[in-house]
Amino acid sequence: MSMLVTAPVLVPLLTALLAAFVRRRASLQRAVSFLGIGVLLACAVALVSITAEGRTPSVSFGGWPAPFGIEFRIDRLGAIMILLAALMGAASLLFLMSDADTGPHAPLLLPLLHGMLVGVGGAFATADLFNMYVWFEVMLIGALGLFAIGGRLDQLDATLKYLVLNLVGTLLLVVAVGAVYAVTGQLNFAAIHEAVVRLPAGMSTLLLAALMLAFLVKAGAFPLFAWLPASYHTLPAPVLALCAGMLTKVGIYALLRMMGDVFAPSPTMLLDALGWIAAATMLVGVLGAAYHWDLRRILGFHIISQIGYMLLGIALGTDAGDAGAIFYTAHHIIVKANLFLIAAMIWRLTGSYDLRRIGGLYDAKPMLGLLFAVPALSLIGIPPLSGFWAKLLVLREAISLGHIAWTVVALVVSFLTLYSMMKIWLEAFWKKHPDADWRPPAARLAPAWTTTVVLAAITVTIGLDPQPLITFVMDAAAQLGGPR
Amino acid sequence: MIWTIAIAVWVTLLVGARLAMSRDAVRCVLGLSIIASAVNIILFSSGRVSSALPAVVPVGEMALGPSANPIPQALVLTAIVIGFALVCFSLVLVLRLIHDAGSDSTLDLRFSEPQPEHAVDPPMQAAHLEPPVPEPEVRAA
Repeated sequence: MSMLVTAPVLVPLLTALLAAFVRRRASLQRAVSFLGIGVLLACAVALVSITAEGRTPSVSFGGWPAPFGIEFRIDRLGAIMILLAALMGAASLLFLMSDADTGPHAPLLLPLLHGMLVGVGGAFATADLFNMYVWFEVMLIGALGLFAIGGRLDQLDATLKYLVLNLVGTLLLVVAVGAVYAVTGQLNFAAIHEAVVRLPAGMSTLLLAALMLAFLVKAGAFPLFAWLPASYHTLPAPVLALCAGMLTKVGIYALLRMMGDVFAPSPTMLLDALGWIAAATMLVGVLGAAYHWDLRRILGFHIISQIGYMLLGIALGTDAGDAGAIFYTAHHIIVKANLFLIAAMIWRLTGSYDLRRIGGLYDAKPMLGLLFAVPALSLIGIPPLSGFWAKLLVLREAISLGHIAWTVVALVVSFLTLYSMMKIWLEAFWKKHPDADWRPPAARLAPAWTTTVVLAAITVTIGLDPQPLITFVMDAAAQLGGPR
Repeated sequence: MIWTIAIAVWVTLLVGARLAMSRDAVRCVLGLSIIASAVNIILFSSGRVSSALPAVVPVGEMALGPSANPIPQALVLTAIVIGFALVCFSLVLVLRLIHDAGSDSTLDLRFSEPQPEHAVDPPMQAAHLEPPVPEPEVRAA
């Protein structure tokens, strides 16, 4: 059991090391990567099934009992996030097999990718605040390597922006962690949860606000998201899908862990503030997407917009709100990664990411249009796809708590999302290609098709039969905040 | 003692912030590393600056006399190591970027987000900054 709890860190770590050792042999490295991600996926499924029974496996390192030693503790929320991370890693690796990517891979690309997954897995598994900071750093270092490894001028520029702005968030996080330790004398989540109750209300609000600020930078919330649109679009497509799917969502997870679990019940003032931040994030993100014509940048701004919905779920401060946020996160990771992967296929077939330079895909590849429509409509929230249930869960709770203003913003933003998706559809698929002689080139896209079709199938499955996932996230949300 | 540390934190923080807001990319990165030092001092003092707070005392024994709280020391060591790695990485990155871009002004570093020239129409990315489309594979006859 204890091996299983450490698997989210150990498996990708070993895979990364092995893949780095065999970096001169591309096929062996790929085999090692697939093996590693397969084992991780199996461990994640096992963790989900264990936690679904209501058990929360945990392990304390070094033989120290819980509040002193560093503890790994995986509940339902952690387990489903680990499963999603493993799934996205597998999707990214499979997509790398196609040639819808920027040419030959750097030998250290796969080790870095697994290294980033180490950070992601650790952040989901740990039950220690300082340890969580360390995993955020591991994730940051892995991501920086992935940004810079291409070496193109715009990638280096993007790396610098990503580094500088994320470092500010990291430093805020260290200050917040130090403050929590100084005031409570604890770093373990459960111990902080007990200590916070005895604090004066003002002090616990201050501590939580400091942590919120740091994690809002990491999640890409308004007005702290500038690092995301400045950097994401320069990544190679499969890595971009993984980063877009997972990285900001680790910030969301940390925020939910703090507000819904460790500091629960959160002060109303902070919940209200988060609700307005969520509304602003949705609106500003979708307006940024409406402005841009580059596929990657449109989708990049949509990440920010969608982050707003997850923040809104957390801001409601109830179990149902938290459950909505978890459901939304799960749905969003799959859909968003899929959209980026399909955008890469569009790029491979038409030769550009810019909508003004491409077109004619509906004549040439009608099935790709159908494939694009599934995650696009799901992102907007059209029934019966997964996005509809995600939005329903969050907004129903928002209405029942009387937050009409936030609900109206969320619905308006849905229409604007529809506008962006229609723009992509009209320009990339229905419009004639600007170059009259254009023919879709022969490309090795079979792995890309497999990946995107499987992800789309997951979206449709969740949409048609949402109840198992809804039950799971309801239980996950009920488990937060300790025994009540 | 705690006031000395507080003043040191503020001075370091201000120096770092002054540098970090510079338009020179190298200064910006160095400023951030100085801010990181200030943050490390904050983290270090989170365990109080005294010598009577051992983290764990075995059952039945009294506090171990003059011993400082070791947890913040462990924390700050971790933070220093991570910060050191990031400083190394960022300096190499900035030097390479300046070399490739031919400028160290952050106003010129607009390669990932080109400056818009038109009020409504977003800028097109220059062709050499787009990912290269792979050459079509030559089929064996």
